[in-house]
Amino acid sequence: MPDVTFTVDGKQITAPAGTLLIEACKSAGIEIPAFCYYPGLSLQAACRMCVVRIEKMPKLQTACTTPVAEGMVVSSETPEIAQARKATLQLLLGNHPLDCPVCDAGGECELQDMTFKYGAGESLYAEAKNHREEQQWSPVVYFDRPRCILCYRCVRMCGEGMDVFALGIQNRGSSAVIAPNIPAHQSPDHLAHLDCEQCGMCIDACPVGALTSGAYRYKTRPWEMNHVATICTHCGDGCKTTLGVRSTSDGAEIVRGDNRDKSGINGDFLCNKGRYAFDFANSPERITAPLVRQPDGSLKEVSWEEAFAHAGKKLRELRDAKGGSSIGVIGGNRLTNEEAYLLQKFARTVLGTNNIDHHRTADYVTFAQALAGQQGRTASWRDTQSYPAVLIVGGDPTNQAPGTAWNLRADVRLNKARLYVANTDEIKLRRQAKAFLQLAPFGYGALTAYLAGDAASASNAATNTSALDTFRDAVKAEEKLLILIGSELRGADLKRLIEFGLTIPGAKFALLSDYANSRGAADMGLLPDMLPGYVPVSNPGPFAEHNAPTKNGLNMLEIFEAAGRGELSALYVVNSNPISRYNVDPAVLKDTFVVVHEMFMTETAQLADVILPAANLYEKGGSVTNSYGDLQLVQKAGDRAGVRTDFEMIVRVADKMGADIKALVPFGKGLRADMGQSRGAQSGEADRHAVWLTANNLEPKLSPFDSWAILDEIQRLVPGYNLLRLQLLSGNDQHLEPAAASAASANRRDLVLPSGDTLFTSGTLGRFSPALNDVQRYQGNEPLIQIHTAAE
Amino acid sequence: MPTLVSHPDEVKVISRRFGQGAADIDKYIELDGYKAVQKAIAEGPDWIINTMKASGLRGRGGAGFPTGMKWSFVPKQSEKPKYVLVNGDESEPGTCKDHVIFLHDPHAVIEGTMIAGLAIGSKMGFIYLRGEYRYLLKIMEKAVADAYAKGFLGKNIFGSGIDFDIVTQSGAGAYEVGEESALMESLEGKRGVPRIKPPFPAVVGLYGGPTVINNAETIASAPHILLMGGEEYAKIGSERNGGTRLFGISGHVERPGVYELPMGYNLKKAIYDVAGGIKDGKKLKAVVPGGSSCPVLLPEEIDVGLDFDQMGKAGTMLGSGGIVVLDETVSIVEFALRTIAFYQHESCGWCIPCREGTDWIKKTLTRVYNGGGSKKDVANVQYLAENMMGRTFCPLGDAAAMPTLGFVKKFRKEFEDYIEGHKAGTPIITVEQLVGAH
Amino acid sequence: MSTITNSIFSPETAARFDRLVTLYPVKRSALVPMLLYAQDEVGYVSDAVVTEIAERLDLLELDVRNVLSYYSMLRTKPAGKYNVQVCTNISCMLRGGYEILDHCKHKLGIGHKEVTADKVFSLEEVECIGACCWAPAMQVNYDFHDNLTTVKVDEILATYRAGQGKDVK
Repeated sequence: MPDVTFTVDGKQITAPAGTLLIEACKSAGIEIPAFCYYPGLSLQAACRMCVVRIEKMPKLQTACTTPVAEGMVVSSETPEIAQARKATLQLLLGNHPLDCPVCDAGGECELQDMTFKYGAGESLYAEAKNHREEQQWSPVVYFDRPRCILCYRCVRMCGEGMDVFALGIQNRGSSAVIAPNIPAHQSPDHLAHLDCEQCGMCIDACPVGALTSGAYRYKTRPWEMNHVATICTHCGDGCKTTLGVRSTSDGAEIVRGDNRDKSGINGDFLCNKGRYAFDFANSPERITAPLVRQPDGSLKEVSWEEAFAHAGKKLRELRDAKGGSSIGVIGGNRLTNEEAYLLQKFARTVLGTNNIDHHRTADYVTFAQALAGQQGRTASWRDTQSYPAVLIVGGDPTNQAPGTAWNLRADVRLNKARLYVANTDEIKLRRQAKAFLQLAPFGYGALTAYLAGDAASASNAATNTSALDTFRDAVKAEEKLLILIGSELRGADLKRLIEFGLTIPGAKFALLSDYANSRGAADMGLLPDMLPGYVPVSNPGPFAEHNAPTKNGLNMLEIFEAAGRGELSALYVVNSNPISRYNVDPAVLKDTFVVVHEMFMTETAQLADVILPAANLYEKGGSVTNSYGDLQLVQKAGDRAGVRTDFEMIVRVADKMGADIKALVPFGKGLRADMGQSRGAQSGEADRHAVWLTANNLEPKLSPFDSWAILDEIQRLVPGYNLLRLQLLSGNDQHLEPAAASAASANRRDLVLPSGDTLFTSGTLGRFSPALNDVQRYQGNEPLIQIHTAAE
Repeated sequence: MPTLVSHPDEVKVISRRFGQGAADIDKYIELDGYKAVQKAIAEGPDWIINTMKASGLRGRGGAGFPTGMKWSFVPKQSEKPKYVLVNGDESEPGTCKDHVIFLHDPHAVIEGTMIAGLAIGSKMGFIYLRGEYRYLLKIMEKAVADAYAKGFLGKNIFGSGIDFDIVTQSGAGAYEVGEESALMESLEGKRGVPRIKPPFPAVVGLYGGPTVINNAETIASAPHILLMGGEEYAKIGSERNGGTRLFGISGHVERPGVYELPMGYNLKKAIYDVAGGIKDGKKLKAVVPGGSSCPVLLPEEIDVGLDFDQMGKAGTMLGSGGIVVLDETVSIVEFALRTIAFYQHESCGWCIPCREGTDWIKKTLTRVYNGGGSKKDVANVQYLAENMMGRTFCPLGDAAAMPTLGFVKKFRKEFEDYIEGHKAGTPIITVEQLVGAH
Repeated sequence: MSTITNSIFSPETAARFDRLVTLYPVKRSALVPMLLYAQDEVGYVSDAVVTEIAERLDLLELDVRNVLSYYSMLRTKPAGKYNVQVCTNISCMLRGGYEILDHCKHKLGIGHKEVTADKVFSLEEVECIGACCWAPAMQVNYDFHDNLTTVKVDEILATYRAGQGKDVK
């Protein structure tokens, strides 16, 4: 659209024609108040707060529905306008309870702010306010009807944004009310309820305290919390979540998760898990003291020093006696990049083994290799907001990557993007799709073969082969195509799909995985055959300086197979639960020395000889990489006395093994001094830290426990991680592309095991999240909510 | 059954066939029925629109927008189908004129719909009647079926090669649906909440297609205009207000009824001559001249011509032509309360000023009416109404605020006296009733 | 045969609904009249009505309830066999609408939106029904009765009670 120039309050503004006045003003720093307007959702013009005076118009006009036009002359704040807004507020306050002191939204309420600004303090009415009891619509959504100002943001958020349509408007006039989809009279408890994805977006959008969060309500006041923006620990999308943190006697408790400043890559969005499932961190079941297995088989709480010394001594003995190749290391999907990098470096240079793996939820090795030599072919998550065409093969973003699904819906709704979905299941996103291709069961391989030109595979890919042809032709005709790939596609299938995509000049790719740093775990080389950056173990290139073994190590299954043969002397597990995930017989580890970093007494932890209580992603600083390869900053929010970061614990164990700490963590060369900010000043960690530093004659301002110390090395050595430090530290996302060499052989064993998580589960963390358990019970353990929709 | 009335001053154009059994299609044809549509086919869209423009016909729903101009706004070319939508959701208190058209001359509505369709190049029309008018819907349904049976509707109407279909539709009780965009919402199976304008229906209307929406009386006037000629029709009325109009005179008059009078006819004469004057020889207290949303006129203000412009000059509106006459026994406090109670009940609730404004005015007036008022309440009611004016999403807010302002401004003393215990008129609404009703 | 198996409606109504949805460019357009016709048959808009209509129109039940709760003629509780709707809006009020309403209340022994014990009558005070020039007026179900007096109301109610009143739906 060409630009137009117009005047607001005497200030000349230029904006593209068609821009809504309210948005154009916002860009120019002129704020126009509005309750019902919400960017990206349909226009309502219902609250009448955004009224402005436009020359030559007889009445005040709503800025939220008026497109800017050349020469338009606007007044946004005159006595007439102020009076109109004041009158509107007076009308609202007639029934709105003045319970601000106890209202969750108090201090963060748009009605409160507007009343403050326009001064509708005096009451015109003698009548009592209409009171209604608060209603609990679900474990996480509460509705306080008298507070509702009927801006319909929640209704649109749920319908247009989430494609759930669980909220409606019922009755009319002053009886009009927001209603959930299960009416009271149809509910066993005779109360109205919500059957939905429980994302809480309605609460987020609510400008007042009408919709409140089951997790947060009546807990604290906004100004009593510290608000820390960090990255959600759950799925692979990597949403920014702002955690509200409050000091407690044993650390800092997370009391709220929300999307306060909307500054993240996720824009407006946050799902159920990002919003509520921080509560595992506050679980009373957390392990908060080191435990060491006693000769009688029991686990005993010991001092940190004793635990580290014991683990370090045993590991050193076993390494020296049986060789590093007898030791296995398993890392987690929720470590920071720095921790994952350190873990593999520890394994390879201190333990002397390539027997290292993680729970793989997508085949990033093939992904990186198939794109070897390509530039600008990997998609950032941001691309899902704006790409004109998107193909999704496999996966179910609605359940596995809700932020991706949100973006795709918005892309279709706001940009009229063309969405193509090929799936063996009728995934919910088919409702936004221009074309949905129903694949035969296990039909992904056949589909990729068909796309590669093998016409004979068509009948194995889909029952309707003519639909298949049409689908392929439509996809091929796209010039700019985003290809999102589910974890079902691995190895040769994945390679063929990417090769097909590469024939489309404007195609970009992303491979979806399941956890906050699944991508980072692969990128950082938690793999037996790949060093960080998909550098083959056998040809270490930049990593030659580490002098690590050059023979491929054992993978996840081989590690346990070796244990079964009695050949695994030690197993070092960092925040992973392979025993449960891979259904490993605990007996295979009976002669293996097991060290586990864990938050909870998982099936794996139960077998450990040493359990080191671990901090989670909300309790540490660092960086993570989402499914798409977008690198983001993780900041410490919560804290729990008695736990430590995996980073620190690895260093401490290495230290006790006699390793050269300065070689392991090249600190002292770093750019960022850490004075304890990234750890727990509240729980005295800064002191502990200082004590250790002094004891070791080290520069007190830089520490090997500071995970940033290793970022320099990552940046220097890991192909594709030539990141912008300032971009990272300022909390912005940056897209990184893998820079792998193409594969010599594609005969890697397929070890991808999707997590199988739904909207309401999240691996181990989900098991210890009361919120997720409540919601899961409430929603009847439905693995996938397929909300029936209007056929419009 | 509504009784037909008659008066020598009437000029029968639209009511020409009333009482003659024209609901029967053969009778209708005998009375020149379906001639206008054939003429329209022969002469073409430009001629229809020019004739309508020349007639000076202005929308009979209440807004008074020139019909020919409205039809000319519809783009000639459109990707989406165009529609004609007839607004028979007659709900403005004091108004029952469409009622008699549907009853006595249903085919005129059909023929008018076809003419509008021809004018804009539409192939489909909808005739929407309020849900309460079930017996009239049945009459309309039969008339449409008869027209189909004769081949007047459907494929290739009158051998023109043009197809035209009509669907009749029932509402289910909502005053707001009388607003044109809310009407479209209702017809699309939604809550009767108005749409943001622009885009206007002539560009983006029903199902997203260009749509002409006209009041039933407006539509039913079209065949007469085409037959008699635009200029001839215009001559009947006053300046810039062509033709005649059905005026429903109700309340305290001797001969209430629906009368067809030339535009510009004197209001005082309409009350005293046509409707036989004030009932039982009582004195006139006030007139609500065009449906309940029009500001009240005092007896000394009624010597005014009944057209859009003269009524506007008199500080009120011609509205939907429903003249409600109040004699000296009426308590204005009570009348104002009953009026706002209606708008409070019918506010769709979409926007804040209307939803909350009608509610608070009603609450305040209820308290005043029940004897708990103070002088500040009168000022508050005025303040609320003034702050609703022009600030609401759709005209319903104005429709509620305008009469309220009229009452409190012109009868302020009566309100104040009432509050002080000197009740004028004879209150008839009991407290229990008002609470129970809404 | 209806397109819906196990329709809760009579074969005639089901067939009518089958046809109704075909009349419009978008089948949802049938929603408002369909709800009213369903109410005519069932007596009110029951949950089963909501379910079937949602199914017929490919709507969520919530959508149907959103719409149904907007329109004042639609009800979710049974009314009497004859629903007496007395207009008290301005034109009727000026000519005795409230007197008629009071008379009905007294005569039927019920108040606004109440049903007689024998379920024959229910009473409603309604807004303008478009019979202003023949005020006071009321509707019994869909039939208009105008120029009412209390005597006339008695006759009308008696006729309905005797099962001889008009009842065109």
